[in-house]
Amino acid sequence: MATTPKRPPLSPRAVVLITLIVGVALPGALFALILVLSAATKPLVVEALIRKFAEVDPATWPYTTLVSWGSVVVLALILLTFGAVISGMTVWWEMRVSARMQSRIGYNRAGAAGFFQWIADAVKLLFKEDLIPAEADRMLFRVAPYFVMTGFALTFVALPFGESLIAADLNVGIFYLVSVTALVVVGILLAGWSSNSKWALFGGMRSAAQVVSYEIPAGLATMVPILMAGTLSMQGIVRAQGAWPWQWFVFTNPAATVAFAVFFIAQLAEGNRTPFDLPEAESELVAGYLSEYSGFRFAIYFLVEFGNLWVMGAIAATLFLGGWQIPGVGPEVYAAAKGAGALPAPGWWGLQALSMVVMVVKTLVVLNLIVWVRWTLPRIRIDQMMTLCWKYLVPVAFVTFVFTLLWQVLVARQPALSTISGWVMFAGFVVVTLLFARQTRANIAAAGDHVDMTNW
Amino acid sequence: MMTFTEYAGSFQKTAVSFWHGLSITMSHLFRRPMTVQYPDRTPLPVRDMLPPRYRGFLEVDTAICTGCQACERACPIACIQITLEKDPANPKQRLVTQFDIDEAKCMFCGLCVEPCPTGSIQHTREFEGSVANIRNLVFRWSDPVKPFPVYRVEKGAEYFARAPLGSLVRARLEAARWNAAAVEYLPPEPPAPAVAPVPAAAPAPPTPTNPETK
Repeated sequence: MATTPKRPPLSPRAVVLITLIVGVALPGALFALILVLSAATKPLVVEALIRKFAEVDPATWPYTTLVSWGSVVVLALILLTFGAVISGMTVWWEMRVSARMQSRIGYNRAGAAGFFQWIADAVKLLFKEDLIPAEADRMLFRVAPYFVMTGFALTFVALPFGESLIAADLNVGIFYLVSVTALVVVGILLAGWSSNSKWALFGGMRSAAQVVSYEIPAGLATMVPILMAGTLSMQGIVRAQGAWPWQWFVFTNPAATVAFAVFFIAQLAEGNRTPFDLPEAESELVAGYLSEYSGFRFAIYFLVEFGNLWVMGAIAATLFLGGWQIPGVGPEVYAAAKGAGALPAPGWWGLQALSMVVMVVKTLVVLNLIVWVRWTLPRIRIDQMMTLCWKYLVPVAFVTFVFTLLWQVLVARQPALSTISGWVMFAGFVVVTLLFARQTRANIAAAGDHVDMTNW
Repeated sequence: MMTFTEYAGSFQKTAVSFWHGLSITMSHLFRRPMTVQYPDRTPLPVRDMLPPRYRGFLEVDTAICTGCQACERACPIACIQITLEKDPANPKQRLVTQFDIDEAKCMFCGLCVEPCPTGSIQHTREFEGSVANIRNLVFRWSDPVKPFPVYRVEKGAEYFARAPLGSLVRARLEAARWNAAAVEYLPPEPPAPAVAPVPAAAPAPPTPTNPETK
């Protein structure tokens, strides 16, 4: 059929250019703001800034409290925005990767490689009717998304982004993170109960069973790096590790490698990710606890689900993968770059940006691992889920816990042990990676295909 | 009860299934996807990528139609409607005044193509017929105002020159807008005299027209 004349489309080059600008500038600007604000909201820096720019004594100036609180509020808003943006971009990336894993193309219409699809999806969700079922418990139904959102947003308080880039370096950092992420379960349970729908209720109950169960192996596996570092502070745990891969906790203690696996699996289950997406289970429960939600409320659950990937990645990178440590840059280098003044020197900011890049890369690696696992493994049954937790993960986590106790005693007497373990485990990791690459190439060859990235 | 061997074996099974599963999904990441991006990103128009004996829309080459109505009789669902009349100017010549094929009804069985003595009616590889009004899928191969004369087969003729297959259907599809108003089945009335407007003088059968297309 003849079509009506349309507006001439943008040239492909212009589309790629616009996509690149937005795709780089949006997260880039947020990272830059986090970089500046999380360092600048510290009381000493705020006072130094007031002294420098307002040229008054911050001790007597009436607006000091206002400025320091204002900067904290701005930082909080930036972190929330960052969570939302990164969650949207994760959706886009996951859809692209999953499409390739299924020999499809995926998003490719809105912008280059379909990059603007996540914005389109978000806008569409905002315009949907906000529906509350007639028989629902209206108050709980409305309140549930806020629990989920709060549990998600609060994690950013203690998530490290770089050497000095953390909203608050709590001395109970990891403990705090474990507790606030538990708030998400409350929201899910409320959603399941208040919807007054059997699917939602099943989803909520499954979620309660699953998330509460998996917090035990997750907590026990978290104890391993805590024991190795001797602190609960997120920055303290990172500082206790080295920058090179063979100095990371995951390699310096054989039990920590196992603990990392346990922690990773438990995190998948806590984040309701496939193969542990039983609470949602599209094929069984429509959408589980989300069945009755629409519009903005649904968007919040969606945002949290995908934003959690970043949180999971960042926590795993902090606990086991050396966090933001830059090879060859120790604490004395940071101190030297900072200079004697109250305000840090430019070189120090460069180091901070570099440490942020390291942290982001590690987080993205774990994030991709989660995406990869999701599109590989099918959903497990509920009895298998319980078996896995109580019969396998919990005992294994206890073994790693006890082993680490002994290991720390041994390492205290013979520090070389930890170095040897690091090298051996890292070498093993490299060998496994190479073998895996070989297996993958063999799989491509077995399908009679060849490596072809032309249509990525 | 689970023996210890079984318990330890399940770890091994998990590792092996992770190994092979992850490797298979990873291998797809580096291969070209097999999606055909219909309709606007295919190397050729899709009709040209279809097999040659694809049964798409029917096409009638009126230049070689003998008016034998074999196709009409063959059609199991009566989606072909043919009317023959004598030419008032030349009583020996018959005219096909109506040759309608309702492609919306057609089930593309191909039974009409079989009996055609000259190969006038044929399936093409055209299939993109989405229209806002389903009556526009009635292909009217004869114009009631200008009917075509039946083709006389010469003795012993075995080959009948035909317009390129698909060209006639394609020309019709491209000429019509997808959201055109429904066709009227009778020629339009001559303009009524300006005096005494008759409101209910619409001679055409009431055709449901889509208000959006106005």
